[in-house]
Amino acid sequence: MKTFRADLHIHTVLSPCGDLEMSPDVIVARALEMKLDIIGITDHNTTRQCRVTRKLGEKAGIAVLMGAEVTTKEEVHCLTFFETLEQLDDFQAYLDHHIPDIRNDVKRFGYQVAVDEHNDIVYTEERLLISALDEGIGQVEAKVHSLGGLFIPAHIDKPRFSLYGQLGFMPAGLQVDALEISPKTSPAQFLLLHPELRGIPLISSSDAHLPALIGTRVTCFEMEHPGFGELRKTILEKGRKNPKIIN
Amino acid sequence: MNVSQLAEKLGLEIYGGAKGLDQEITGGYTSDLLSDVMGHARAGSIWITLQTHKNVMAIASLKELAAVVIVKGYLPEEDMLEQSNIEGIPVLGTHEEAFEISGKTYKLLHKK
Repeated sequence: MKTFRADLHIHTVLSPCGDLEMSPDVIVARALEMKLDIIGITDHNTTRQCRVTRKLGEKAGIAVLMGAEVTTKEEVHCLTFFETLEQLDDFQAYLDHHIPDIRNDVKRFGYQVAVDEHNDIVYTEERLLISALDEGIGQVEAKVHSLGGLFIPAHIDKPRFSLYGQLGFMPAGLQVDALEISPKTSPAQFLLLHPELRGIPLISSSDAHLPALIGTRVTCFEMEHPGFGELRKTILEKGRKNPKIIN
Repeated sequence: MNVSQLAEKLGLEIYGGAKGLDQEITGGYTSDLLSDVMGHARAGSIWITLQTHKNVMAIASLKELAAVVIVKGYLPEEDMLEQSNIEGIPVLGTHEEAFEISGKTYKLLHKK
C-alpha cells in the first residue's frame, strides 16, 4: 500500500469564477509542484475541460479524475466523477439537457472557455454554468450511480450551496459515496457537530479557483495505485479507515 | 384563520396533507434555505418556498408548521407528497411568486 495525495476539487478556466490562469497545463504543473498524485477536475455543471487535463496529467504522471461540480435543483453543490470517457460524455449530455438556457454575461460572471493543451480556446459555453440544473439531488445521484460514477456532496459544512445549508440535513435514502468538508473545518470538529455522519468517508479539497490554491488542502488515500477504479474501491470498501486530511 | 380558509381565500391548490387543513395559522415564514427555516420559523406558521424536496416535510414537522405553500406552480416531488400525507401537514400550491403570495398572506393574517 502506498499513500497518494489527492486534491479532488479544482476549477479550471471554464468555470466563470475560475481564474483565466487556470489552464490545464498550469493546473498540472502546480499539482506536480505540490506533490499531488491525483487531481479532480470539477467545473460547475460541465465536464468539457476534463479530457485535455487528463491527457496532460498522464504525461506528467498525475492521475486526473474527470467529473463536474453539479448544482442540483435545490442549489446543493455535489462533486461527481466518472471512470471512462463514454460515461463522461453520457453525463455531459445529461448536463446539457438539464441546465437552463440562461446566457452568461461575461462582464458580470467571467469567461467560460475551454482550452486545448496549447491554451487555444476550443469551446465557449454560452449558458451560465453557475445556474442550477432542473434535476433534484436524488435524481442527480441516481444518474451518477447509473453511470458507475462517484457522488460526493461538496463542502457540506458551508452555510450556502451545501447539502446542510440548502436541505437542512442528510435526506434519507440518498446514496452518498463520501462527503467533502471545506478547509474551514476538520473531520473531528465536523463529526462533533454531525455524529450521525460517522462511517461515511470524509474528504477535503482546496476548491481552487486560482493556481496558488491547488494542493493547499489534500486528502491522502492508502491504496495500490492512483486512479478512479482504485479510489472508488478504497472509498466504498467496508471497514476502511477514513482517509487522512492534511493542510 | 385555519389552513383551509387561507387556501380558499388565496385560491391555493391543495396537493396533500388534507388531515391538517383545520390547523390554525399563527404566522408565516418565507425562505428557500431549509437550514434557515429549521433555525428561525415559528410553530404554527405557514412556510412559503420554492423547494419541493422531501426534507421540506421533515422540517415542517420538526418545527410544527401549519402548512407549506409551494410557489410559481412548482409541484411537490412524490416523496414530499407522501410525507405530507403521513404527517398530515398540508402542501399547498400557487402560480404566484413568493413576494406576491407572502404579501397577500401577511395582509390576511394581520387583518384587524
